[in-house]
Amino acid sequence: MHWLRLLALWVAIAILPQNAFAEGPDTALARFAQHNFMESAKAVRELASDQWSGAGAVLAALSDNRLYYDAASKVIYFKDEKGTLHTARDGLPAAGIDVATLSPVHLNNAVRSALEDAKGSMTMVSADPVQRLSGAKDAFRAHDPAALPAITAELAKETDPEVKLALQQAQAAIIAASVDAPIAQRLDAIKVVQARGDDLALSVLSAIGNNAQGEVKTAALAATANLQATAAIWANVQNVYYGLSLGSVLLLAAIGLAITFGVMGVINMAHGEMVMLGAYTTYIVQQWLRAYRPEWFDASLFIAIPLAFLVTGFIGVIIERTIIRFLYGRPLETLLATFGLSLVLQQAVRTIFGADNRNVGAPHFMSGIFHLGGLSVTYGRMWIILFSILVFLGLQMLLRATSFGLKMRAVTQNRRMASAMGIDTNKIDALAFGLGSGIAGIAGVALSQLDNVSPNLGQSYIIDSFMVVVFGGVGNLWGTLVAAMSLGVANKILEPFVGAVLGKILILICIILFIQRRPRGLFALKGRAVES
Amino acid sequence: MSVSRRSLLRSSVAMLGAVSLNSKFAFAADGPIKIGILHSLSGTMAISETTLKDVMLMLIAAQNAKGGVLGRKLEAVVVDPASNWPLFAEKARELISKDGVSAIFGCWTSVSRKSVLPVVKELDSILFYPVQYEGQESERNVFYTGAAPNQQAIPAVDYLMSKDGGSVKRWVLAGTDYVYPRTTNKILEAYLKLKGVAQEDILINYTPFGQSDWQTIVSDIKKFGSAGKKTAVVSTINGDANVPFYKELGNQGIKATDIPVVAFSVGEEELSGMDTKPLVGHLAAWNYFESVDTPINKAFIAQWHAYTKNPKRTTNDPMEAAMIGFSMWVKAVEKANSFKPDDVIDAIIGVSVPNLTGGTATMMPNHHITKPVLIGEIQADGQIDTVWQTPGTVVAQEWSPYLPESKDLISDWRKPLSCGNLNVKTGHCG
Repeated sequence: MHWLRLLALWVAIAILPQNAFAEGPDTALARFAQHNFMESAKAVRELASDQWSGAGAVLAALSDNRLYYDAASKVIYFKDEKGTLHTARDGLPAAGIDVATLSPVHLNNAVRSALEDAKGSMTMVSADPVQRLSGAKDAFRAHDPAALPAITAELAKETDPEVKLALQQAQAAIIAASVDAPIAQRLDAIKVVQARGDDLALSVLSAIGNNAQGEVKTAALAATANLQATAAIWANVQNVYYGLSLGSVLLLAAIGLAITFGVMGVINMAHGEMVMLGAYTTYIVQQWLRAYRPEWFDASLFIAIPLAFLVTGFIGVIIERTIIRFLYGRPLETLLATFGLSLVLQQAVRTIFGADNRNVGAPHFMSGIFHLGGLSVTYGRMWIILFSILVFLGLQMLLRATSFGLKMRAVTQNRRMASAMGIDTNKIDALAFGLGSGIAGIAGVALSQLDNVSPNLGQSYIIDSFMVVVFGGVGNLWGTLVAAMSLGVANKILEPFVGAVLGKILILICIILFIQRRPRGLFALKGRAVES
Repeated sequence: MSVSRRSLLRSSVAMLGAVSLNSKFAFAADGPIKIGILHSLSGTMAISETTLKDVMLMLIAAQNAKGGVLGRKLEAVVVDPASNWPLFAEKARELISKDGVSAIFGCWTSVSRKSVLPVVKELDSILFYPVQYEGQESERNVFYTGAAPNQQAIPAVDYLMSKDGGSVKRWVLAGTDYVYPRTTNKILEAYLKLKGVAQEDILINYTPFGQSDWQTIVSDIKKFGSAGKKTAVVSTINGDANVPFYKELGNQGIKATDIPVVAFSVGEEELSGMDTKPLVGHLAAWNYFESVDTPINKAFIAQWHAYTKNPKRTTNDPMEAAMIGFSMWVKAVEKANSFKPDDVIDAIIGVSVPNLTGGTATMMPNHHITKPVLIGEIQADGQIDTVWQTPGTVVAQEWSPYLPESKDLISDWRKPLSCGNLNVKTGHCG
């Protein structure tokens, strides 16, 4: 949205009467026709600092790959958003010229950087404070010495406190690094940058620490050390948060299995494939929305969640009725049958959808990041943590507070007694298996936001899921919750010290040792049901 | 609808292959010449290898339409080693001894190639290997049509160090924990140090296969990149782990203009399964991109779309390598006027065929081919746009000169030398 507004602004600038050519943009424009990235980047910087009114449209076109040049005549053209070709120099429609005969002006990261800087300096003068703020932030990111006069001029006019602070920081970043500025001014500037306290500030200060001399170097190094010390403390908090986030993924993957394996005692190797089918349901929903209702795309996950539950739950019921029910009490056969089933499902998906990954997009609210002190929280992960807890609570409610939950617990605790009380145990078995599978499908919707949607999706989660359920104690949902979260946090605390590979190995060894000591896991069920 | 039609086609081809197993006339003098296709069609590697099987079938069909080779039709024998490394060896044996194939086109991972190697040596057949790999190997019976590290990794690092690439001073070498990333990173680390990069400016990180939680690593990269020096990530992260890795990069707001990531295993096909908008500007180093604007590439893409009946199907670098390998085999057979592996092995050295980027690929005496190196940036539409390329083609260094254990080794399979690992200091082969 932000980008669109910016485009509108640029286009607005472009339509302004074109008479105030200062030096004329011809030298700058000619650089685009040289088929050289360095020249293009230079042209962008020249256009941004030039007062030429057509610059906005040309730069917007360049950043959208809509800028062209004629290899022979070196004339620059751009396409507007509607696809009409214009001559860049005067902005007039270029009728009778075929785009196919022109060469596009290509972009690379150097040109893109220059464009971002230009965007900063051009939006800094906008009437909208939100635009000005983003411009000032870009100016800090760029801390380009050439922008200093413009920043100082804007700072004198600025009234919005937030924008003012951002501009001051941008100004400080430039002054602190400037060799020409007086020492006292540079030292003050370092303090201003340090007060900002984020990664970018650290980056600016360490660069000064690397390059400066004498007093400034000392001050910059001290400020860097100070910021790093604060960052180190936050890093621990961040690790715990990452751990909870990993734990929530483990919980989602395992919680369906906590029903089918934990409560019903079925060793269900096809559990991962239910997760995979849930993810493919999300993909189908998104494809459908993309084709017919693109404006509803942000709601795709909300549509996918119930649908995935129904699809995988239904498949679960079918599996239970056709395979599992003949194998109760025969764990080895169940294991082999469900493993075979998982291969069949994988290959079926591979045949229908192809072996390659499917592109599942993230709705708007799932992307981006915000900062809480020194903690960076990505929206996607945050929603998944909340979602996993919601699923857990929902499932607890279902088991504790509904008649179906009561019957299900009765059947698992004492099947014959439950049957004698008039409970249709066959029906409860089928529904319970369907419930476990359905929950796995819901997990698949969430995992489609983090991982590959491919036929192998389920395979990568099945081992972790069993690990969580066994570690937590078979038959206990709270155990699954505690196990998932503690495994997640332990993993993430180990990872910075020993690396991801060794961390995983260490966790496995710890679990093996733990299971040796307590074969029934963290929260062992007690009572008659255990003995049977 | 096109999907099911395609799968129908696939299964009918597979059936054809099965029927041919029982054919009594397979060895008749004017019967078809068999070509083995050894790519995983199920299991974890199916994601990458299925495409190569399709390309091979397309090339063989096209060659037959031109009248075959030396007046004989070609017949593909497709087997499925199911991403199972020992099964690769078994299937290779089956192809050579039971089906009597003249050459095998196959394998993707290095471990599958290493597993097939003793079989093709023992039965004296030929394997064409179409994927970029870590080098440090040269065998008489194997032809490597993918890139060696100096045809992909080293030029990519050179580009990032140059002014055009952003004058990178600090490096993160991130890879999946197996032989290709470990060897490539060892070579790169030695190379970077040779170029004067200090130890504290290099961060090496390995992750398990299928890593899906990249939060810690991406935030480490961010931290490593805030030391005031331009930082880049060199990624040898394998296949499936890339999607969550790039998603995390996008979510944590790391843009290509801040910390560019150059990947050696991410091509158009992998990108088609991702939302590429947050990835614009991240780099990939290959020897071919689908976006390369040459008539021969346009024709190849059109042929591929027509064959797969899918106008959106992407092409990628290993497909070009498979295509070059097949053209070279055809040319060598015609040159030797024989299908016998021994004759083809002798004839193929020096054979040149056009590549898709407008140049020629030549089979060198080290059984590797000459390739141009292209560095490209990912675009919003999932294509990779070339931003830099080597002026000519690069000859493969199968034995890396940057590693102490291989710096004195050379390989030359021309007679009378015929040696894959000659030590030039001691004059000893093997």
